Amino acid sequence: MIVFERVDKCYGDKPVLREVSLTVRQGEVVVICGPSGSGKSTLIKCVNALEPFQSGTIRIGEAVLGRGSLDARALRRRVGMVFQHFELYPHLDVMENLCLAQRTVLGRSRPAAEERASALLDRVGLRDKRSAMPAQLSGGQQQRIAIARALALDPEVMLFDEPTSALDPEMVNEVLDVMTGLAREGMTMMVVTHEMGFARRVADRVVFMEDGAIVEDCATDVFFGDPGTLSQRAQRFLSKVLPH
Amino acid sequence: MNYAWDWGLVLREPYAGWLIAGVAWTLALSAAGWALALILALPVALLRVLGSPAIRWLAGFYVSVFRNIPLILQMFVWFFVVPELMPRDLGLWVKRDMPQPEFTTAVVALGMYTSGRLAELFRSGIDAVPRGQVSAALACGLTRAQAYQYVILPQAFRIILAPLTSEFLSIVKNSSIALTIGVVELTAESRQIEDMTFHGFEAFGAATLIYVVIAFGLDRMAARLRPSALAVRT
Ligand SMILES: Nc1ncnc2c1ncn2[C@@H]1O[C@H](COP(=O)(O)OP(=O)(O)OP(=O)(O)O)[C@@H](O)[C@H]1O
Ligand SMILES: [Mg+2]
Repeated sequence: MIVFERVDKCYGDKPVLREVSLTVRQGEVVVICGPSGSGKSTLIKCVNALEPFQSGTIRIGEAVLGRGSLDARALRRRVGMVFQHFELYPHLDVMENLCLAQRTVLGRSRPAAEERASALLDRVGLRDKRSAMPAQLSGGQQQRIAIARALALDPEVMLFDEPTSALDPEMVNEVLDVMTGLAREGMTMMVVTHEMGFARRVADRVVFMEDGAIVEDCATDVFFGDPGTLSQRAQRFLSKVLPH
Repeated sequence: MNYAWDWGLVLREPYAGWLIAGVAWTLALSAAGWALALILALPVALLRVLGSPAIRWLAGFYVSVFRNIPLILQMFVWFFVVPELMPRDLGLWVKRDMPQPEFTTAVVALGMYTSGRLAELFRSGIDAVPRGQVSAALACGLTRAQAYQYVILPQAFRIILAPLTSEFLSIVKNSSIALTIGVVELTAESRQIEDMTFHGFEAFGAATLIYVVIAFGLDRMAARLRPSALAVRT
């Protein structure tokens, strides 16, 4: 579904991604972790062409990034993205947040867009918030709305960039539950997170990055069950983020 | 002080009529100047944010020039200098045959000056919208233009609403500078009344009062518009 082939990216002369090769199969959930600044956000932003890269290719289904020109918008409507700081549109109410892209990008009629939005509000458990403004919602509620906003375009892939790290601890689970539900339904997901419990329960594979390179890429049960086989850095990282 | 007060004077003809005409010119100058400023300022602000480096520099130059040169000097340049720089026939037309040459020139000067100020204000509003909002809109498949139309500009507009109101009050005050090139707006009319009657206190007092009333009225109007300006639908 998503194939990175030797992707290099730098800001100025500072390399941020180094020869990244990675395959995410349809329906797979891949968790990406690693220390701050290791390039996790950059990696997933490359998938929906929010970040350009210098060499290599990324294939998403039929579309190929990095070779000639590509309709970035056609790609983005197939790839949903959820941000660390939610990034709901603060001047629009919840319903408008969910309908904007459906109307402008997919050209759906207002009734059709609202129907889809209502179904998604039900699914994230926020049916009664349809006319709330984002500022009136808790962080966990905002992030669930943000997930619904991404799902409203019926994406084939969902990208999550530290979706729970801006949340108070008691709200983390309500967001992880929605994500777990999505994964169970077979959504293809790339998730940057340090929630190792989630990774252990939901991920098919765990990727560990350091300094822009993928250091570990292995099945979840190997990553957590057999840490002796991992690199020193990954082991040290794991011992920091895992509860003892 | 041996001064015969006569406040009734400003209510009598012909002076009351003069003041009314003055108010009309002041409002016309302000409204036309404002319209011109708005039309110019939005594209300049957008070019300053989105243009290539050269375009951004040019837009910044535009803002510096029109915002920083004193309005009275800009007024003189548009009136006395610019027509001389034009091709002969066009210059003559501007000076003599153009309808309302003083008024038109004053509108251009006032509008260009204000457009520099508004462009800067719009840019500060756009800059104040968090960066992640553009990414979020693009990630949903919106074009950059749509992202600005539906997400960035509405938020920027909310941020600058209060200073925008005071800019409009400023243009009303600044319109008085048009008297230097012969537009007989409110301040000029009050001067004329003082010339004719030597009742400067009453004439200027009346003009002052009228400016205050206009400002107060506009302020109330803006306050009323505010809530409805905040509601948007896609
Ligand atoms: N716009 C930019 N200009 C220059 N350098 C950047 C820019 N964005 C990111 N970087 C650098 O690229 C590197 C990778 O950044 P990235 O945000 O992908 O890391 P990350 O793994 O997501 O870190 P974090 O856990 O802090 O979110 C960092 O060293 C960062 O300083
Ligand atoms: Mg990051």
